[in-house]
Amino acid sequence: MWKTVLRRVLFMIPQLFILSILIFALAKLMPGDPFTGLITPDTDPKTIEALREAAGLNDSILVQYGRWITNAFKGDFGVSYTHKIAVSSIIGQRAGNTVFLSLFTIIMTYVIALPVGLLAGRYQNSIFDKIVVIYNYISYAVPTFVLGLVILFLFGYQLQWFPTSGSVDVGVTSGTFAYFMNKLYHLILPGLTGAILGTATTIQYLRNEVIDAKQQDFVKTARSKGVPVSKVYSRHIFRNSMLPITSNIGMELVALISGSIFIETIFAYPGIGQLFIQSIGSRDYSVITALVMLFGVITLIGTLVSDILMSVVDPRIRLD
Amino acid sequence: MENENQLLDINHLHTGFRIKDDFYDAVDDVSISLEKNEILAIVGESGCGKSTLATTIMGLHDPNKTKVAGEVIYQDLNLVDLNEELYNKIRGNDIGMIFQDPLSALNPLMRIQDQIAESLIFHTKLSKEKRYERVLELLEQVGIPNPPRVAKQYPHELSGGMRQRVMIAIALSCKPPIIIADEPTTALDVTIQAQILDLLKELQEENGTGIILITHDLGVVAEMADRVAVMYAGQVVEEAEVGELFNNPKHPYTRSLLNSIPQMDSENDELHVIDGVVPSLVKLPRKGCRFAARIPWIAAEEHEENPVMHEVAPNHFVRCTCYKNFHFEEGGE
Ligand SMILES: Nc1ncnc2c1ncn2[C@@H]1O[C@H](COP(=O)(O)OP(=O)(O)OP(=O)(O)O)[C@@H](O)[C@H]1O
Ligand SMILES: [Mg+2]
Repeated sequence: MWKTVLRRVLFMIPQLFILSILIFALAKLMPGDPFTGLITPDTDPKTIEALREAAGLNDSILVQYGRWITNAFKGDFGVSYTHKIAVSSIIGQRAGNTVFLSLFTIIMTYVIALPVGLLAGRYQNSIFDKIVVIYNYISYAVPTFVLGLVILFLFGYQLQWFPTSGSVDVGVTSGTFAYFMNKLYHLILPGLTGAILGTATTIQYLRNEVIDAKQQDFVKTARSKGVPVSKVYSRHIFRNSMLPITSNIGMELVALISGSIFIETIFAYPGIGQLFIQSIGSRDYSVITALVMLFGVITLIGTLVSDILMSVVDPRIRLD
Repeated sequence: MENENQLLDINHLHTGFRIKDDFYDAVDDVSISLEKNEILAIVGESGCGKSTLATTIMGLHDPNKTKVAGEVIYQDLNLVDLNEELYNKIRGNDIGMIFQDPLSALNPLMRIQDQIAESLIFHTKLSKEKRYERVLELLEQVGIPNPPRVAKQYPHELSGGMRQRVMIAIALSCKPPIIIADEPTTALDVTIQAQILDLLKELQEENGTGIILITHDLGVVAEMADRVAVMYAGQVVEEAEVGELFNNPKHPYTRSLLNSIPQMDSENDELHVIDGVVPSLVKLPRKGCRFAARIPWIAAEEHEENPVMHEVAPNHFVRCTCYKNFHFEEGGE
């Protein structure tokens, strides 16, 4: 299996290479550059031109790409035009927040969705199940931003239970327990929003899996062995129903990280999603390209992790 | 009739499935019994209620969707009235079950050893080590080569025949006096079928097990069974010792079934087989002879109004009177 993993990792190199060309080309195709915004009737076109020259924007496309990719390979994505610091360090600061938020969201999602989905499936058509189904319908129908805004308004502004922006309060010493708790406190609202949206899908999925697994012949076999129904659920049905979800955790995280754009923007949470939107607004191409590249890498890794997990939890699937 | 050799005594058993708001009997007043050391074959076309009968004996039906009435007497207990907890002591321990498709009947995510050991967990006090010793013993007993290796494998790694042997090992694990085998060879290759049947017969003779063997293959019946019950539309229409049934079939349905076996030395090319299929539960007539619709050339007076079983020879029973003057359709294709 590890051979296959290694092969898959090596195969990522050409994939990333192609991705980098695409990203670079797209960035170049976009109208304007970081200096376009600086132009006012009063600015001397020569100043702008000098800035462009200094930034290397007047070199040939190939030279620019070559420079970008070699540096990128070394982890250097240049300097952000708006933030005036290295792209890698801006992303570094933000990425931690996003990963933290995504992990929190995914844990909350599963803590809620696993029991609810499994029980709804087990007690199909019970009152509990009916409520769950209605809940799912509603949360499918509500877009992220609406839910996010409602939660923000209610718990942030009206009740003022939770902070409405940021990832940590100023003045809390980094590294202390209080710091960690403060970060967690800031995670609640954006995490809750993400989790509520994630639970609907996961609950629906699990519920269907359980309903499906209940009809399987191996359940009849287990029951005809004299295994009590509750044990049939825990030993056979639930385990088999959780299989697809377990193996999908990798992709789920990818979806959360790359889908962090809405939630981070709504809750002014300084993660890479928010950074992405801001950078698009300010045409900060070095940040944009680095982020898209990062999303690409995360997706590739997530897919691989999913495939590995799948082969670990399901003996029928071999990774080769 | 009390009989100390009797293992299972089924009386007037009904199993109705809920379809919309009504219950429709898929097993409709079945009375049969099983003795020690006996293989009772249940034959009939698809949809006649064989599997429903088997799962009713095992008590596997959801009480919200099915209505079971009548008696399944085992050791002075009517299983139909048993609560889940007591039933679980019987399932697997006193009655083992083998299903048709061993691939879907085994849990794909569980090792063979854990699936066999599972009944032992719930019915014995054996330690974990002892359970796995017993698993290896059982695998050996059902003719699986290299038991320690197979024990660690998953169902998808085994062939169909091996899987069915594993199913048999599961059914045997607690040495139940009764085994119900629901078409145990239908999903297997012909050569493997014979091996599995031989194994069942061998184990049955060794342990004195009573087996209810469900099949629609009369070849299997001839080879394996001591007694046969022919089912049609949820009812037993004929019951006899196997030799008697093959030599002296009475019910039109039995005769048709027997005629449908291809015969090498048959001089008579004309196939005396009755057309049609078992009607669906909802469309089934609930009064009179269930088979009347498939033999419309037989006059209505020939059928009984409320058909009952008639003993036409010692221990040979036939339902309805229509068998008396029955003849296959003249000039049928
Ligand atoms: N759970 C169920 N709900 C409703 N109807 C059912 C259910 N299970 C079986 N039936 C119906 O009951 C009748 C008997 O089915 P059963 O499976 O017992 O037949 P069978 O003799 O075992 O057939 P086969 O040879 O195809 O296995 C059929 O008409 C079938 O459609
Ligand atoms: Mg069947």
